[in-house]
Amino acid sequence: MTATQRIELVCPAGSLPALKTAVDNGADCVYVGFKDATNARNFTGLNFDARAMREGIAYAHAKRRKVLLALNTYPQAANWGDWTAAVDRAADFGIDAVILADPGLMAYARKTHPDLRLHLSVQGSATSYEAINFYHEHFGIQRAVLPRVLSLPQVEQVIASTPVEIEVFGFGGLCVMVEGRCALSAYATGESPNCNGACSPGKHVRWEQTPQGMETRLNGILIDRFAEDERAGYPTLCKGRFDVNGETYYAIEEPTSLNTLELLPDLAKAGVRAIKIEGRQRSPAYVAQVTRVWRAALDRIMQGAEQFKVQPAWVTELDKISEGRSHTLGAYYRPWK
Amino acid sequence: MTATRIALGPLLYYWSRQGTLDFYAGIADSPADIVYLGETVCARRHELRLEDWLEVADMLAAAGKEVVLSTQSLIESESDLKTLRRIVAEERFRVEANEMSAVHLLCGTQRRDWVAGPALNIFNPRTMELMMAAGASRWVVAPEMSGAAIAELQAGLETPVETEVLAWGRLPLAHSARCFTARHFNLQKDTCEFRCLGMADGLVLRTREGEPFLTLNGVQTQSARVHNLLAELPEVARTASVVRINPQGDDTASVLELFRATIDGIVSPVDAFERSKTLMVDQPCNGFWHGRAGLEQHVASS
Repeated sequence: MTATQRIELVCPAGSLPALKTAVDNGADCVYVGFKDATNARNFTGLNFDARAMREGIAYAHAKRRKVLLALNTYPQAANWGDWTAAVDRAADFGIDAVILADPGLMAYARKTHPDLRLHLSVQGSATSYEAINFYHEHFGIQRAVLPRVLSLPQVEQVIASTPVEIEVFGFGGLCVMVEGRCALSAYATGESPNCNGACSPGKHVRWEQTPQGMETRLNGILIDRFAEDERAGYPTLCKGRFDVNGETYYAIEEPTSLNTLELLPDLAKAGVRAIKIEGRQRSPAYVAQVTRVWRAALDRIMQGAEQFKVQPAWVTELDKISEGRSHTLGAYYRPWK
Repeated sequence: MTATRIALGPLLYYWSRQGTLDFYAGIADSPADIVYLGETVCARRHELRLEDWLEVADMLAAAGKEVVLSTQSLIESESDLKTLRRIVAEERFRVEANEMSAVHLLCGTQRRDWVAGPALNIFNPRTMELMMAAGASRWVVAPEMSGAAIAELQAGLETPVETEVLAWGRLPLAHSARCFTARHFNLQKDTCEFRCLGMADGLVLRTREGEPFLTLNGVQTQSARVHNLLAELPEVARTASVVRINPQGDDTASVLELFRATIDGIVSPVDAFERSKTLMVDQPCNGFWHGRAGLEQHVASS
């Protein structure tokens, strides 16, 4: 068979050191966010101010890599100007693309910066080619990131029916809900990924050692309780243990990571143009490890999908940095649903 | 606030065919002005097919109700799109678009009367105006938006849009590709045995301290508490001209009547809230309206 079409590796960076690490370890693109609510990883101590952004873009461009800016939360009337200013700043810095979710903001970007490349964020919740083509026709988006919702044949169907490049998640924390369509955190804490760029935010988290074990709470709500021999995880509210009809279990999702390495030949065959790694909130060490493994895997697949085999060493490496130290194929694999 | 109209939101649970038909027969005589119909949660639910929904729609339209066909909230397959195309082609009824595939298809028609559903993530005036330019003539607000934020959005519009606010019901909070009801029974979605059938108000999820927290409704996750804005109705009526009540297992007609009596000034909002306590399937909440965590029951200091 002929060589597979090149698939871009899109890696996360929550800081300048992480960006440099991603570039040095083989990322084609690094995606970043400003230090405010304009992006969906609005965490204390994370993200880029103007100086770091300029330096990061210069660093990546010097090595012929791209930097993408996530501006993927939904502005409201009162703070609209912060989002448009962020678009302007990004264009001024020479960013390679902005990743947007809000149609109003897309219209602004297209009108004000006609040459700026637009990507549709996963937070836009576009799960069909009809939805993606809406954004393409109205705002000229050139790439869409698919929510972690579709099975592999459904991904193929989307790619076959749209002129827009498709990017999918390859590895990292797994949202079990459709991205951009989840108000669980807003319900529990008043802060949501959509409007505040945060899910289960740290300032609402409490860890308490009790006679029953370590308890994790979110705004007072008990998310989980851990026995002594269990590793207590962060109380992301959809990944706690709850009681349904007298049975206590991970009622929504286990703490686990998405890992699609073994699907890479199928994703390549389907015509996926980019693989996204989740984890802007993670350390440069995580970025280094995950970028190295995926670089190796993508280089291998580019030599031909037929010969591709997942190396056990890759899986071992990735499991070390996975949430809950386990992984899943998520919705790509129908029985997961 | 006599101009405030009452809408019955789409049925979010999976009831038996006869139960559903009986329910809507009762709605024909209820104080609801607008009725949203159709399966919005899960494509596998089939007690009523689209043809059946259209029959219910005709019956309610004949009873003087404004009928709106609601589209599925999560579109995954080609067959989902096929159903969507059929709904959009039904020109007798308005359509509530619940994601962007529906918006795109409606753009392809000349329809200027569609309803922008609560899951479209319309949070600012520019996005609202884009939807209006595409033919939306009513906006159902995302439940997480506060009353103040709604007013700010409206103030930023060049031409006003008819606004509808959810005022009663468990809050639809999230959608997933995974079915949590099937998961509870250790089943996969594709072979779910339709276990959600007959769960009149969904399946309650509690914390390990026994506190009701969420409701599992197939691929949808709702609040356990009942979002109840009866006490805030005068305030709500200043920003919204339509209030939405979501169907529940029992007493939906009583809830509609209580809203009508409150809107007509026969019952005071405070009394209405008191009376509603026996009509709720769980504790009340109103936090979203007040810009707080949705599960809070906020009493404004007077």
